[in-house]
Amino acid sequence: MTDDLLDALARDIAPRPTRRVGPRLALALGVGAFVSLVGVMLLLGPRSDFPAALGRAMFWTKLFYVLALAASALGCVERLARPDGEVRRRVGWLAAPVAAMALAALAQWILAPTAMHQTLLMGNSAAVCPWLILTAAAPIFVALAWAMRGLAPTRLRTAGAMAGLAAGAAGAVVYALHCREMGGAFVLIWYSMGVLAPAVFGWLAGPTLLRWR
Amino acid sequence: MGASEPELRTLMVAALDGDARAYRALLGDLRLRLGAFFVRRLGGSQAEADDLVQETLIAIHTRRETYDPRQPFTPWLFAVARYKLADHFRRVGRRGAAPLDEEALEISVEGGAEASDARRDVEVALASLPERSRGLLRMLKIEGATVAETAARFDMSEGAVKVAAHRAMKSLAQRFGSGDVADD
Repeated sequence: MTDDLLDALARDIAPRPTRRVGPRLALALGVGAFVSLVGVMLLLGPRSDFPAALGRAMFWTKLFYVLALAASALGCVERLARPDGEVRRRVGWLAAPVAAMALAALAQWILAPTAMHQTLLMGNSAAVCPWLILTAAAPIFVALAWAMRGLAPTRLRTAGAMAGLAAGAAGAVVYALHCREMGGAFVLIWYSMGVLAPAVFGWLAGPTLLRWR
Repeated sequence: MGASEPELRTLMVAALDGDARAYRALLGDLRLRLGAFFVRRLGGSQAEADDLVQETLIAIHTRRETYDPRQPFTPWLFAVARYKLADHFRRVGRRGAAPLDEEALEISVEGGAEASDARRDVEVALASLPERSRGLLRMLKIEGATVAETAARFDMSEGAVKVAAHRAMKSLAQRFGSGDVADD
């Protein structure tokens, strides 16, 4: 190797803002979430009770649960997209929304008559909910993975899992605009499964999908 | 390559702002630093180390925005270098030259030009093992001794030899085979 390479690299040092980590991931998330939103609205449609649903506490509880998960997971993704990315201290933030959602679900469970418990837990769509969230997450995961390949993750499994978690949570946000389920226990169990599924996929596929040269 | 961490960091921050002179100085320093890093880990192979230095410098260049100026620079630098090294071992492994499994080690005993490459890769991989398992694997897999002979030499039972060899192979496969690049 000669000095030519070093000289050539040094000449090519003009700042390239498109490569910046945060904006690049945000762009990917935006594109993925938009595709997901169009898909869910065209194929499933918005909640049939839409304007009225905005006045119901569980609509917002559900939305904030998955929004908070998506935000914490994206914070981790932003670190893991860097070679020296370390998330040990951030991972704890993921537990906070889950704990809050569990408390809300528990309160609702205790206050509801026993006859309602079955509905609170299983609703009408327990069998399809995780699958639909996984599907809604797919375009977001693809976009995030594409963005990360252009960055420099080195812990590929962890990075894949966290990108999957962020995509799952963002997909759940989109799906919540369609889903009419009002049980806290339902959200805690079935939504969380839908959010975890892409994370598991990301863990498995990370070393292949996120490898860069 | 005498620059200290704060100096390297200052150069890198200036480079990210578009300072070509600072960047050229940084690259010159990194070339030496990375060269030493790779040579040590490749068991002294200068040509391979040079290739890896070049690849790493290019990766540092094209992915320099992933450096967060609020963080120290050296950990970022060596995280890229370690990734490139792991990637190198994986690629070498995929061509069948490095010991990724027992079969690859068996093949590497046979003659031919490819085997001498393989032999060097085997030595690199073996160097990462504790001394006892290294000697044991060398005798068993490279010299082709039987389990009974190896057990006698190391004053172990045959079962213990099998277990130790299996563990050593597994640790090699984990380090150089499939799996994550840098998840500790």
